[in-house]
Formats: sequence, structure tokens, C-alpha cells
Amino acid sequence: MSDENNKDAPQPAETTGTDAEIEQAQAADNLPARAGEERLSEQVVRTGMFGAKTTGDTSGYGRLQVRRPAISSSPRPYGRYFDEIADELGRALDGAGVAFGDAIENVVVDRGELTFYVRREHLPEVAQQMRDDAKLRFELMSGVSGVHYPDETGRELHAVYHLISITHNRRVRLEVACPDADPHIPSVVATYPTADWHERETYDFFGIIFDGHPHLTRIEMPDDWHGHPQRKDYPLGGIPVEYRGATVPPPDERRSYV
Amino acid sequence: MTAPTTDAYDGAAEGRVFNVSGNDWDEVVAAVREEGEEKLVVNMGPQHPSTHGVLRLILTLDGETVTDARVGIGYLHTGIEKNMEYRTWTQGTTFCTRMDYLTPLFNEASYCLAVERLLGIEDRIPERASIIRVMMMELNRMSSHWVANATFGNELGATTIMTNGFRARERVLDLFEVITGLRMNHAYIRPGGVIQDLTPLAFEKTRELLKEMPREISDIRKLLDESPLYLARTKDVAYLDVAGCMALGVTGPVLRAAGLPYDLRKTQPYCGYENYDFDIPTYDGCDVYSRYRVRMDEMEESLKIIEQCLEKLQHTDGPVMIEDAKIGWPARLAIGPDGMGNSPDHIKHIMGTSMEALIHHFKLVTEGFRVPPGQAYAAVESAKGELACHAVSDGGTRPWRAHFRDPSFVNLQATAATCVGGSVADVVAAVASLDPVIGGVDR
Repeated sequence: MSDENNKDAPQPAETTGTDAEIEQAQAADNLPARAGEERLSEQVVRTGMFGAKTTGDTSGYGRLQVRRPAISSSPRPYGRYFDEIADELGRALDGAGVAFGDAIENVVVDRGELTFYVRREHLPEVAQQMRDDAKLRFELMSGVSGVHYPDETGRELHAVYHLISITHNRRVRLEVACPDADPHIPSVVATYPTADWHERETYDFFGIIFDGHPHLTRIEMPDDWHGHPQRKDYPLGGIPVEYRGATVPPPDERRSYV
Repeated sequence: MTAPTTDAYDGAAEGRVFNVSGNDWDEVVAAVREEGEEKLVVNMGPQHPSTHGVLRLILTLDGETVTDARVGIGYLHTGIEKNMEYRTWTQGTTFCTRMDYLTPLFNEASYCLAVERLLGIEDRIPERASIIRVMMMELNRMSSHWVANATFGNELGATTIMTNGFRARERVLDLFEVITGLRMNHAYIRPGGVIQDLTPLAFEKTRELLKEMPREISDIRKLLDESPLYLARTKDVAYLDVAGCMALGVTGPVLRAAGLPYDLRKTQPYCGYENYDFDIPTYDGCDVYSRYRVRMDEMEESLKIIEQCLEKLQHTDGPVMIEDAKIGWPARLAIGPDGMGNSPDHIKHIMGTSMEALIHHFKLVTEGFRVPPGQAYAAVESAKGELACHAVSDGGTRPWRAHFRDPSFVNLQATAATCVGGSVADVVAAVASLDPVIGGVDR
């Protein structure tokens, strides 16, 4: 499958102009000042190393800051069957009176997989079109998984929907983000009844409230449980284990290399 | 034996409550009759032999007819996905193998395929490793199907099916023990390949299994395929057609028993399944009997695939772990005098000749490898349906998130659709035909 991915992967856009012009343009892009500025504007994703947080850090890595750019849109062409899906979804949404750009904030093609970042208010419409349009026909929803990104301010909680088209033998992923302060995403149970338990699970573990779900209750945790365990601010818990006189700390308190 | 305790609950909002805790059925029946109320809500489980673990069914009955069926799960929730966020990517296999304990190798395979896609090393997995993965998954498909059929027989009261089924499954587990060292929870498939090559004894035992298994299968088929008792309990019971399966997300043998030949091994091949010659059995009965037939046929197809695997392994040499020292753990193991697998050459190298190799080994094992940021979704056709892993990395040495789409979890949603309108006795058949394993449902 990967062979095919590489073959169809989007090629860099061809530039026109003389070699000198291209060289000049590239040189401007690579100016250390500009590159440094760009890098510093990126979000800090990680600080320190070896789990050292106290003054006992003699490695000097304690002040390390690792930055990463925000998720960027993939340029057209997306490759494989992805362009077809994007075009068809755009056409289907137009027919429903929604502009593609309004509903989809970002399209990412990564590792041979296509992801539409859907604005949450348009999720039910997008899901409906995905299922019903003859050229899309994603009739099977494989699941919903929640992901918590505490550092993405204003879009901390993500719900990720995996769709399968058996008719066309294709896969696509929808990703919807919502802020922690307002953790509401419209439910897609009306379109995909199988989302029932998946949304309950995501609610249970992340606290995302799926509006319009017929009975959004906890599913894995006990009904009277406090908190949502898969969130990053929820501790793993665990107790130290004594072994032959020494004490092994619980996993979340051990040295971390992250 | 205690008398049904009812008095304390007479004022409860749900009506009068009867606690049954032994052979006190006569008293309960008399009390219910006296009550005159026709609607009865019965809690089946979480401790019930026919619920495949700790599953709670809340059935509303009108006489013998089920008018509503609700499912309570979560009794076996172990937080495996949360725990995986606190271990390295390699250690993740040790956790996820324990989810659906009847399909450990599928759990590992889906996870490892997702991690490999994140790492971008899908093309660099040695061919021998892929063949071994396929062989192990097909063996696992058989052992899982044997349990599905055996426990179902037991629940219908046919203990012969149970003992025969578990005996056949035991043969597969013995083979697993020879190959991986463990009967269950193997952590055998790792990111980058598998942890150990097959030994000559493993080949011998696999051939032995290929000889014996067809007889085991035909024995059960002779017993069940045309048995009037079995047909009466399974034919046209728990009907679920393709539209129902699609809406509820049901995959695997249940979907194929509704007539749709959807199998990821054919439609979206992984681990080189496109190179094997096998069929996808389908039936169109949409009932418990068709699901049984699909499972039996799939076992026969699995035997065909395993035979091809052995043939391929004869002509495919090479490593079983990716040749990338930054990812692959030592995988040329030998059994030491203490019975544990070890890699003498590797130990000699890191302890005796190269300080750098020792540092690399130490970092790889304690710190683990870093996985580039992003997300990947890898699905395999497990014995129960589409089993997929959604792995998210932040660029670190541990999964940011690993979520499993377990087929048992999804298929169990079809309980109400298959049970409502039938009789209580058919609930057992319906749930068993969905083949849920609560370890996978609750994770």
C-alpha cells in the first residue's frame, strides 16, 4: 500500500523562472533571521528533558524548549483518491447550501491518510453528505476517538471520526475540535447509529458533550465517577511498589524521557 | 438458599424488586404471579455464565418475550489505553495484547501497523516477519473461532461441543507456546517485526496442527451442521441484515453471515495478504446458524493460509526484525539454560566489544525510540471484525494517545437489534453469535 502512496504522493509544485531567480527565492526563504523568527513563533510543545524539574538538573537540558509548527494544510493535489473526495464533498455541500470553506477548516494528507478538519457546527451536515452522496457513500462509521491537546488553546479537545466506504473501498477521517471551556460537539448518531456507544465513550473519557445524543451517559466508568480519565490533566494514579526493600514509584512518577 | 427478599424494596421507584440467589425460583415465580404485573425487568449478569465475561444485560420481559434489551458494560475496564500513554511505544504491545484476550495477536498487529505507519517504516518490515505475522494471525483466528463455537455450545447445554472446541483450541495454544513462549498475552509482534524467529520445532508442530485440525473441524461439523436440535436453536434466530450491520457498524463474521463479503484481508490488504490464495466465506441467513457456518468455513480458509505461510517461509530467509538499530530490538534469540530467551551474540557485542552499542541498547530499551508527530489509523480483520488502532504521536517516546476500535465493543451494540422480539432463551444465542469478549469491549 505504501508503494502506491509514494508513487501518488503530491509532487512539489513546479516553479517557473530562471535558475538564478529560483536560487534567489530559495536563498530568501533560508535567511537565518527569517527562519529563526518563524521557528520562535511556533508553539512550544515540550520543555526540559530526562524529567528533571528541580534545581538538581546539572544537565542543562532543563531549559530546553522544543517547538513545532501548527498543523498546516496540505497543498493540492492530495494524491490517490483524495482529490476526488474533496471535490465531491465540496459539490455535495454546495448542494446543501454550505460552502466547503465554511465547513472544512483544514485538509491534511499525511502518511497516506486524508483528514478533514470540520468546524463543529457543520459536522452533522458533513456526516450526512459523506454517507448519502452516491460518489462519497461512506456508509460505515468505524469509530470515534477523542484526543486531548491541552496546549492547543481554544481547541483542546478533539473528536476523530473514522469513516469507511465499502462501495468505493476508501477511508477518510473527520476531525472536530472544541474548546475545553465549551466542550460541545453535535452528535452524529442520527446519521450513524453506531456512533452511539463511541460518543458515550468519548464523553466518558474526555468530557466532550455530544449535543443531540439520545442518552449521553457514562459507558465504561461507573455512573458516579468524577472526572474524565483519558484527559491529560487526569493523573494515571497508581501506588509505589515495594520490591526487596526498594520502592518502585508508580509509572506516572518515574523518570520520563518525553 | 434464601427466600426472595422483596419487602425492603417495595417502595423503590422501579417497582417491586426480587433478588434471586440460588434455587429459589419457585418462590420467585409464585411471588411474581401474585404481583399480577406482566412487565418484568431482569438483570442478566454481570455474573452469568452465558455473558462471556462480565456483561450485564437488562432485559424487559413480557412473559417469555423480550421487549427491551439494554447492555451495561464497563465491569472489566482496565484503562489499558491510558496506561499505554505512560510507557514506551514498544511496551505498548505488552498492554494492548491483553485487551481482547482471545485475539492477542490481532491486537498487537493493529497496534504495530499503526506505529509503523507513524514511523514511516511500513516498506522496511522484513518479508519473513510479515509472513510470520500472517501465520500467527490465522492461527489466532482459529483459536478465537473455536472458543466462540465452544462457549456457545456450552451455553446451549451441549458440553460435548465445549470440550471438543476447547481441546482444538488447546492445540493452537500449545503451538503459540512453542513459538512465543506464552499461551496468551504474547507481546510477540513488535513495532518493526516480530520478536523471535520460528524454531525447527515450531515448523514441526505447525505441520502437526495442519494434519490434526481438519479432523477436529469435521468432527464438530458432523455434530452440528445438520443437527435438528442445533438448527432449532440457531436458524432464523437473532436476525440482522446488511442494512442493520451497516447502521450499527457491525463487521466480521456477523456481517459476512448477512451476505456481504467484506473482509479487510481482501479489500485493504496488509502484511502481504494479497499474496495468499483464500476465499471469503459468506452466507445469507443473517442468523445465528449462518454466523456459525461462516466461522467454521473461515477456519478451513485459515488452514489454507497457514499452509501457504509455511511454504513461503521455506523460501524466505532473512531477519524477522527491521534492520534499523534505532528501532529494532535484538530478535535473534536463543533459549538459555534458565529457559528464558536471550541473544548471546548481542550480549557479547554490547558487553564485550562496543561501548557505543551498549549505550544505544540502553537508550533503546529504557528511553525507547521517538515517533514523528502525527496520527495514523491501522485496521486488521480480527476474528471478530475490524480491529483498528488510532495512534497519535506528539514526537515523543510514548504514545500521545492510542485508541482501539475493538470489534466486540461495536458488535455488542447490535444486542438490542438481535434480541428484542425474541424469547429469553434466544438472548443467549444472540449474544453468543456476536462473539463479544469483554476484555476487548471494556479495554
